[in-house]
Amino acid sequence: MEKDTVVKEKEVQRSDVVHHYLRPKKKFPNVWCAGCGNGIVMGALIRAIDKLKLDKNDIVVVSGIGCSSRMPVYLDFNTLHTTHGRAIAFATGVKMAKPRLKVIVITGDGDAMAIGGNHFIHACRRNIDITVVLINNKIYGMTGGQFSPTTTAGAFATTAPFGNYEKQFDIVKLASAAGASYVARGTVYHEQQLEKLIEGAIVKKGFSLVEVVSNCHTYYGRLNREGDAVAMISWMKDHAMPIQAAVKLPPEKMVGKFVTGLIHETDATEFCEEYDKLVQRLKEKEAQK
Amino acid sequence: MSNLRKGKVRLLQGNEACVQGAIYAGIDFYAGYPITPSTEIAEGLARELPRLGGRFIQMEDEIGSIAAVIGAANAGAKAMTATSGPGYSLMVENIGYAYMTETPCVIVNVQRGGPSTGLPTKISQSDTMQARWGTHGDYTAIALAPSSVRECFEETVRAFNLSERFRTPVTVLTDEVLGHMRELMTMPEPGELEVMERPKPDIPADWYRHFEMTPSMVSPMAAFGEGYRYNVTGLTHDREGFPTAVPSEINEKLNKLRKKIERFTDEIYKVRTEMMDDARIAVISYGTVARAAHQAIKMARERRVHVGAIQPLTIWPFPDPIISDALKNVKKIIVAELNMGQMVNEIKRIAPRNAEVFFLGRYDGEVMTPQQILDKIREVK
Repeated sequence: MEKDTVVKEKEVQRSDVVHHYLRPKKKFPNVWCAGCGNGIVMGALIRAIDKLKLDKNDIVVVSGIGCSSRMPVYLDFNTLHTTHGRAIAFATGVKMAKPRLKVIVITGDGDAMAIGGNHFIHACRRNIDITVVLINNKIYGMTGGQFSPTTTAGAFATTAPFGNYEKQFDIVKLASAAGASYVARGTVYHEQQLEKLIEGAIVKKGFSLVEVVSNCHTYYGRLNREGDAVAMISWMKDHAMPIQAAVKLPPEKMVGKFVTGLIHETDATEFCEEYDKLVQRLKEKEAQK
Repeated sequence: MSNLRKGKVRLLQGNEACVQGAIYAGIDFYAGYPITPSTEIAEGLARELPRLGGRFIQMEDEIGSIAAVIGAANAGAKAMTATSGPGYSLMVENIGYAYMTETPCVIVNVQRGGPSTGLPTKISQSDTMQARWGTHGDYTAIALAPSSVRECFEETVRAFNLSERFRTPVTVLTDEVLGHMRELMTMPEPGELEVMERPKPDIPADWYRHFEMTPSMVSPMAAFGEGYRYNVTGLTHDREGFPTAVPSEINEKLNKLRKKIERFTDEIYKVRTEMMDDARIAVISYGTVARAAHQAIKMARERRVHVGAIQPLTIWPFPDPIISDALKNVKKIIVAELNMGQMVNEIKRIAPRNAEVFFLGRYDGEVMTPQQILDKIREVK
């Protein structure tokens, strides 16, 4: 306890940043496999928050169920680890009850796209000011390697032993079409870019989504012979194409590649602000009476 | 509501009385999804909450509704949702989350016939057991059953009070007829009914533990954004809110969920008895049926039958001691419900050994009539 206070008082050095935002009382190591991308995302999130100089007390991190959703336990904010797929719905309640709080959702592809798909699109539609960091490793890690709505067609999973015959979601397109204000994609290889994308997402008023392409070498990599963590992360390096470059390339050059960066941004009205305007309007009407 | 809105005496539906009760109790947040026959509650709060500075949201489904309610409650709001059987079924996983995370919230279930979509516009009391055993796992539920428009108001206030005091979800079980029935009611003045607030911590943030073990077993509850940073999880957790698999900590947690309510049952129980002093026959009923029972025992008394009535307003936890005390000298017990027999099993469990228990059920979507109960009284006499 005393140690925590001391850390708070002194100027946080860049090298201390991560420790400043981790829970001093939480026992480590974490639950993730060695080489997992989740830790990189956590680091990027912490650095983005630090850069924005936000008060730890004003940040709420909400998650659902899955490997990535275990992240809030380690973070020294207000944290809410909820039920499978419902993180965005819980976050909607938190944000509405106290709009001054910064609400960040950490979720995975199975959590947000399968069981939570409905909440996801409706939160985009409302354009409520929540930041969603969606870690996409294309598989259910925690339950042991079943296919998810983002598993590549033809890829193997424990519930797709003969190859996945389902088509996958393009999360970024889905969010843009549903009405999100800020839609970006990063990878765990491009850590500095990821940090900037998350920073931009937190600053942006309205619903922001950062899809993070990550690796599950334990299941996806092993079942699809994509190698270990290093091999999978190297693959991201070779196949990611920044949006600035991608728009100039002919379509045939983009085969097998994926776009990263800030992909879609608009300035639509935000849900809580609209609601507050209504409250204000009714108050004025009442006062006139 | 309209022209009667401002008056002290108002003509209200049961559903509207729930709205007014919630406002009286200080509701800050409502999230819901439309379902017959509960929609007037959402409509009422959609109109009233923005004017009071509170917040209303119509979510994409019932699962999202209760999730938003729990999120808002953790951010400090007094939060409520209303639904009917099928919606309640969708909510139960997250209601379990609220039990586990000790999050106060109120759920009004305006019952209709079931199972499945069943009878959307007809009366039923067949969610009685669902209110107790809806979600998976071990926990102690609180459920209240009003029987008039005024009681819809009062029991909604009481539901908020109990949920805030014990940091637990509370279900209000009304039904289609009660929800849509209009009665005149005198609005309680501010201060007339007790309004409770959740226990708040008064210690430095560094010492705060979200699930602290206290003598009352209820932990003070800080809200998000108040400077206390803690973890909330539906996983079995220790006093600080971190997931645990240590047997002693698991036991402590589950015992806490149970004991924090069971040690204070005397303050949760609410049972009304009528003409039980010399009764040889007792009619036990709750909700709308209790009104028919009231009428039936009056008719039976005119025919010099020694019959009394017992009406639990708190139906979970089941008021064992009060009801078994009232049944001491009774030889015959009639349990009347609008289902195939749910509470009757609780009565069989606690009935005096020499008393006979008879069940009177109805599940055709119609109300129980006083005549039906009277006929049963004469049959068993």
